[in-house]
Amino acid sequence: MTAGMTAELWPYLILVLVGFLPNEVWRWLGVVFSRGLDETSETLVWVRAVATAILTGVVAKIIVFAPGALGGVPLWIRLGATAIGLAAFLLMRQSVFAGVVAGTLAVMAGDIFLAR
Amino acid sequence: MTDNERGSGGSAALAGYLAGCRAGATSVFQIVLIGTYISIGALAHDLGFSALWVVLSTLIVWAAPAQVILMTAIGAGAAPLEVAVAVSLSGVRLLPMVVALLPMLRTRGSRWPGVLLAAHFTAVSMWMEALRLAPRRPPEQRIAFANGIGSMLIGSATIACFVGFYFARVLPEPLVAGLLFLTPMSFLVSVTRASKMISDRVAAAAGLVLSPLLVWLGVGLDLMWTGLVGGTGAYLIHRWRRARR
Repeated sequence: MTAGMTAELWPYLILVLVGFLPNEVWRWLGVVFSRGLDETSETLVWVRAVATAILTGVVAKIIVFAPGALGGVPLWIRLGATAIGLAAFLLMRQSVFAGVVAGTLAVMAGDIFLAR
Repeated sequence: MTDNERGSGGSAALAGYLAGCRAGATSVFQIVLIGTYISIGALAHDLGFSALWVVLSTLIVWAAPAQVILMTAIGAGAAPLEVAVAVSLSGVRLLPMVVALLPMLRTRGSRWPGVLLAAHFTAVSMWMEALRLAPRRPPEQRIAFANGIGSMLIGSATIACFVGFYFARVLPEPLVAGLLFLTPMSFLVSVTRASKMISDRVAAAAGLVLSPLLVWLGVGLDLMWTGLVGGTGAYLIHRWRRARR
């Protein structure tokens, strides 16, 4: 019974250990550093640059090596939709909403009309 | 009597929280979040996770890229340590975000549970809304206001991922593909808009190119190298440009 319970709880333990803690620690560090760390400090400029590169790195990974249903859409459509989304964002005075809607509709339209 | 003893602190917090709930419920990010989390629920279903698991992951991780990485890496059978490193790297952005947000929200009288909750709710959606709207609130209401925004956003995201999980089988594939595309697309445009300094812009471009290249070359810890090489390079360009002036 103990073994069965451990097996049932295992996914949740994994969620806390490799999902929650490694992510949340940055928020806690943010709380610690927000006392006294000047937002324009050199350290923070560097941390933000590293974080930005990682974030667009994650973006590129999800687009190029796409998970689940998105992986079923051909790569050129995913890349084309990204370009369309970015173009819409820039044309609509840097509207996040316009960029997201245009890019997403482009992926769906491309998948329906061009890929199948 | 107890109400009087609590004084104006409690009622200010309540007023701030309710105003935050209103701002969060009507936020334009709701649409993006609901779509994103329907796709995360559907992805969890397809990869064999339980509904409770994905709902909990939304409540405690509360970061779409981290959740996508977590599920796909576990689903692909990666070692726990490897998954933890990848998840952690995707979360580095939260540190400068919290550092930028908290000093504006916090007063001397702020209690730490409220501050920690605001830090936990910090994600691109809540962060952008709180930075934009909280300065218009009285200082003693701001932590509660930000937590109101966060509650509404995380609330709809949680319901959406539950719905996505149970409707995974009937959702048309192109729709799920489009919804999964919301995460990279929204992060890409948000980052572009938030990048004011040359270092941020160069770093954003470097990350886009470096990470797929490193994966393709088979280099391990690709996200870490992307951040260290791309971010440090971008920072050095910023210093070099400033020194030349």
